[in-house]
Amino acid sequence: MGATSWGFKKSLWVFHLNAGACNNCDIEVLDCLTPRFDIERFGMKLVGSVKHADVLLVSGFVSRKVLPQLIETYEQAPKPLAVVAIGSCGCTGGIFRDGYNFAGPVDKHIPVDAYVPGCPPRPEALIDGIVKLMGKL
Amino acid sequence: MSTIIPIGPFHPVLEEPEYIQLYVNGETVESADIDLGRIHRGMELLAQEKTYDQDVFLIERICGICSASHSWAGSLAMEDIVGVKPPDRARYLRTIVHELERLHSHMLWVGLGGHILGYWTVFMWGWKYREPILDALEMITGNRQHYAWYKAGGVRRDVADEIWPEVLKIIDEFAGHVDMLTGAILDDPVIQGRLKGVGILTKEDAIHYGTLGPTARGSGFDIDVRRDEDYGAYDEVDWNVIVQPDGDCLAVAVVRLLEMKESCKIIKQCIDKLPGGPIATEIREFPRGEGVGHVEAPRGESFHYIRSNGTNMPERHKMRAPTFTNIPSFRPRVKGESISDAVLIFAIIDPCYSCTERMAVLDPSGKPFMTGKDLIKLSHEKTEKLRRES
Repeated sequence: MGATSWGFKKSLWVFHLNAGACNNCDIEVLDCLTPRFDIERFGMKLVGSVKHADVLLVSGFVSRKVLPQLIETYEQAPKPLAVVAIGSCGCTGGIFRDGYNFAGPVDKHIPVDAYVPGCPPRPEALIDGIVKLMGKL
Repeated sequence: MSTIIPIGPFHPVLEEPEYIQLYVNGETVESADIDLGRIHRGMELLAQEKTYDQDVFLIERICGICSASHSWAGSLAMEDIVGVKPPDRARYLRTIVHELERLHSHMLWVGLGGHILGYWTVFMWGWKYREPILDALEMITGNRQHYAWYKAGGVRRDVADEIWPEVLKIIDEFAGHVDMLTGAILDDPVIQGRLKGVGILTKEDAIHYGTLGPTARGSGFDIDVRRDEDYGAYDEVDWNVIVQPDGDCLAVAVVRLLEMKESCKIIKQCIDKLPGGPIATEIREFPRGEGVGHVEAPRGESFHYIRSNGTNMPERHKMRAPTFTNIPSFRPRVKGESISDAVLIFAIIDPCYSCTERMAVLDPSGKPFMTGKDLIKLSHEKTEKLRRES
């Protein structure tokens, strides 16, 4: 067992970063924590600082003002760190691809391990994405 | 001598990346500043590069929570240009979806309020009871959020009559949960202590700052676009505008809780009275002209202005969401309060920054690119130039 897979062996802690989303992906992420979906039963939870996290969830198209902070957040995180881009905006830029404040999708700036497309992705899709990510790690 | 406390931009209590500076003296907050612009997506320019049909999908994505409000306001503005009215069935269907959206938005806020106060039970309850509303929206429109259902002239898809008993059942159960939550919140002495008399916004300030929606109605400022303007089916059903005079955080919370009951009433009456017939008026082309649409979003009035030059794309599309005018009211509210109440006071307007983002151009040195004086000087120079030329 390598160091990377050992790091991901236990429950994943997630830090969520909104890089310019319309709120919907963020609400669906929070929805995962609430009674109907309740991913906390798997020990997954949202943490307040990226320094405690195993997974960085990035939602939203990346605006030019957020870009330096996104890169700084990624650099501050202890590795190994899995990055998940959620929503159509996070994966490709979506409907805002032609906007003047668009700094490129998430994977242009930081390496991304999993994509969860959808506008917004349903909570089931998010959970499925994380489970597939765990299988990959 | 005041200390500066920074909150954000990526802070556990904020859903969206915003930067708030609190100027504090000891425990007392003296003033506050907010730095916006991280979610600015250039929506107005993008809207001018798309056709009217595509525009509805774009403006829906201004905000994830008010997506029905924005697409309805945009559709109203487009109908205003052409001069058509949607058919009766479309008016009722639009009203039902819009009120369902208000229910899920207010319930979401109740949950977040509980989270900020440290009442995790309220957070879990609020979000649990919100789920059936999303199911009802999915049954009617086909999606939990971002319904893609409104269009200029009416709605996109018709609804089968079989689903209404199920929707009515969801609404009835939800109304019971709202009663229970209202009782639990208003009877709890700790919640009363945290909310009552905290963050007072007087009626004069509410008018002066141009607040809208529940924020204004919690300060005794009686303003509601649903009643004041002619749109939707609101004038054909029986409901009340909820106004509370106190202006503190409790008053705004009470306005939201009681409004949910009113929304349940509106939805039930609309389903009862739902007429048959076509669901959309066909619009062949957009003539030259301008149109305005405003609807009462869950947070206040959302306003859309479209100018058409006769092509299939708008020449100008101006949007204004309610949070834009509600945010400045944070300053009079927070002055003199303790730091522990600041985040609560900030959340009381139910801020939605993605609606609000504007762009400011800055010089690399950090100075404003153009001040008001510079703009006036430019204007004077242009007049002088024209004068010399003539």
